Amino acid sequence: MSASRDDILGRVRKALGRTDPAAVEDRLARHAPNLVPARGLVGHEDRVALFRAMAGEVGGTSERLASMAELPAAIARYLASQNLPAEAAIAPDPFLDALPWGGAPMLKLRRGRTEGDDLVGITGAFGAVAETGTLVILSGPANPTTLNFLSETHVVVLPTRHVAGTYEEIWARLRAEHAVIPRTVNLITGPSRTADIEQTIQRGAHGPRRLHIVLVDGDA
Amino acid sequence: MHSTAHDFPANARAAIADAQLQKALARLKGHFIDKRAQARAKLPEFDALRDQAKAIKDHTLAHLDLYLERFEAKVVETGGMVHWCRDAAEARAVVLGICRAVNARTVTKGKTMIAEEIGLNPFLEANGIQPVETDLGEYIIQLAHEPPSHIIAPAVHKNKEQISDLFVAHHHAGDRSKRLDGIPELVTEAREVLRRRFLEADVGITGANFLIAETGQTVIVTNEGNGDLTQTLPGVHVVLASLEKVVPTLEDATTILRVLARSATGQEFSTYTTFSAGPRRPGDLDGPAAFHVVLLDNGRSELLGTELQDILRCIRCGACLNHCPVYGTVGGHAYGWVYPGPMGAVLSPALIGLAEAHHLPNASTLCGRCEEVCPMRIPLPRMLRHWREREFATGLAPAAARRGLGLWCFVAARPRLYRSVAALAARILATLGSGRGRIARLPLAGGWTASRDLPAPEGRTFHSLWAAGRR
Repeated sequence: MSASRDDILGRVRKALGRTDPAAVEDRLARHAPNLVPARGLVGHEDRVALFRAMAGEVGGTSERLASMAELPAAIARYLASQNLPAEAAIAPDPFLDALPWGGAPMLKLRRGRTEGDDLVGITGAFGAVAETGTLVILSGPANPTTLNFLSETHVVVLPTRHVAGTYEEIWARLRAEHAVIPRTVNLITGPSRTADIEQTIQRGAHGPRRLHIVLVDGDA
Repeated sequence: MHSTAHDFPANARAAIADAQLQKALARLKGHFIDKRAQARAKLPEFDALRDQAKAIKDHTLAHLDLYLERFEAKVVETGGMVHWCRDAAEARAVVLGICRAVNARTVTKGKTMIAEEIGLNPFLEANGIQPVETDLGEYIIQLAHEPPSHIIAPAVHKNKEQISDLFVAHHHAGDRSKRLDGIPELVTEAREVLRRRFLEADVGITGANFLIAETGQTVIVTNEGNGDLTQTLPGVHVVLASLEKVVPTLEDATTILRVLARSATGQEFSTYTTFSAGPRRPGDLDGPAAFHVVLLDNGRSELLGTELQDILRCIRCGACLNHCPVYGTVGGHAYGWVYPGPMGAVLSPALIGLAEAHHLPNASTLCGRCEEVCPMRIPLPRMLRHWREREFATGLAPAAARRGLGLWCFVAARPRLYRSVAALAARILATLGSGRGRIARLPLAGGWTASRDLPAPEGRTFHSLWAAGRR
């Protein structure tokens, strides 16, 4: 298909006349933010409150814990409140491994990806965007993408300090912390939904019906 | 897709007479129009973001060759492949080649208008490969053997009874004792049926809302999560994208994303926005083993540097459809090809030829609402007028319209003649209105007065009133 490539690029160049490689290089190298809405440009506590409010507006639920030590019990409590069995597939993430799971001895966890048989998937997240109540989850050996989509309930554990105000902050952190961009960057705003039948909004079209976010304070 | 755009007048008449369709179209207002207005009101920067979104695309289109080359280089760097395709036939052949290489039997598909444009589903079927649409709306119309009637709500013309019937026929071999009535139950049934298809598919095909030159990522936006299952579970992920989808950076994509969902469904942000770069990485537990981008031109490069270049800024949000009085009256199928509404009336003549699609630019009142709501500030009315001029110049306009316009031209170019003809016409029309102020039936204009009254003039022309007021 290189004949097609040359043909298409040739036609584009002929139509445009001369293009300016320096302008293109500059824009790509600077990747400067455009106008950033003021909504997300607020202090930490307001940011967390905005994130929770926006996630709630689209049908997500959230809770906030003072420390990681409380997390296993909180997850067990959430599953019970939804009448779900105390079983879940969990991302093989060192951050999640380090939690004191002994605090919830009844909780049965299986590390790894899911084939769709797990009612609950538990993952961490790279960060969140307060502006729209959006979670940011990167794929990788510790984060199988299937856990974000195949289970009916998705529980996400996120250190509160990773709640950003805007997407631009997330992109800056992504570039700083990942020399190679991950295969998948998932921005998730609420549980799965569809309005394809008579424009009536219905949760749980193909992805999770429930999205529960556990924010944890402290240094974790 | 086979076009019936040349039959627009007959298509439109049939659509207006379709009571079920009219009910479905009436629902558009509450869902799309009001929600967009609310989303806009909640974001003070919305209109300023539209200006920037337009500027980003203008800049990208002005340097399109360079951004496409960079995008390709980055895709290759992440282990993927880019296939440049001049037209629909080349794109179909590339997709078939990819499917054949893995002996694919079924292919799941996320929502992609490009697949409709290149007629991918019938082609795959003819070659023994079963495509399965996974967006609920697309799945419904695939079962009904219909094309989409809206670019973001493909089954907007169907009601739930019709959908129940389709599901009974296809999921339960016509056993009506298993027929479901409720929308939640129907969604759950589709979820269960399609879940099996996701898990058994050999290849997953998605579209792309953006291609990012900086990173080589392709971006899809969905609410259901079907696009993510389509591209995560099978061994091969194929992205179908036309070349104007490229933007420079993550920041640039973000700016356009901020206006996309708000303009489309009135959501602040769609549920799932997914950036994909290449195949699964070493150590990854899931994700496709191969990643292909099919980069389609299909006539778009011909629009660069012409009066029609601005349509290449279109991000397919559907706002111009939702706000168009003509779309709202006839629905999407009447337009006869892939892209309906104002953006379709501008794009279709460019992609399938003016001879086939010359009615479409006339399917507009030029009221300007499309341009008013377009997040990319595309001057749609100006471009519709451009096509009308081309239609007239190439002799495609109907003979009666050409004669009428010719006569009007002759009169309008002669001021004294114009004034006397206009004065005569104003007096005649005033007599016909005879004090009621409107004319219910006008000889020679029965088509116009069949469905509405003509306001009657008061007996004097603008010229004579103006002259009187001056004195």
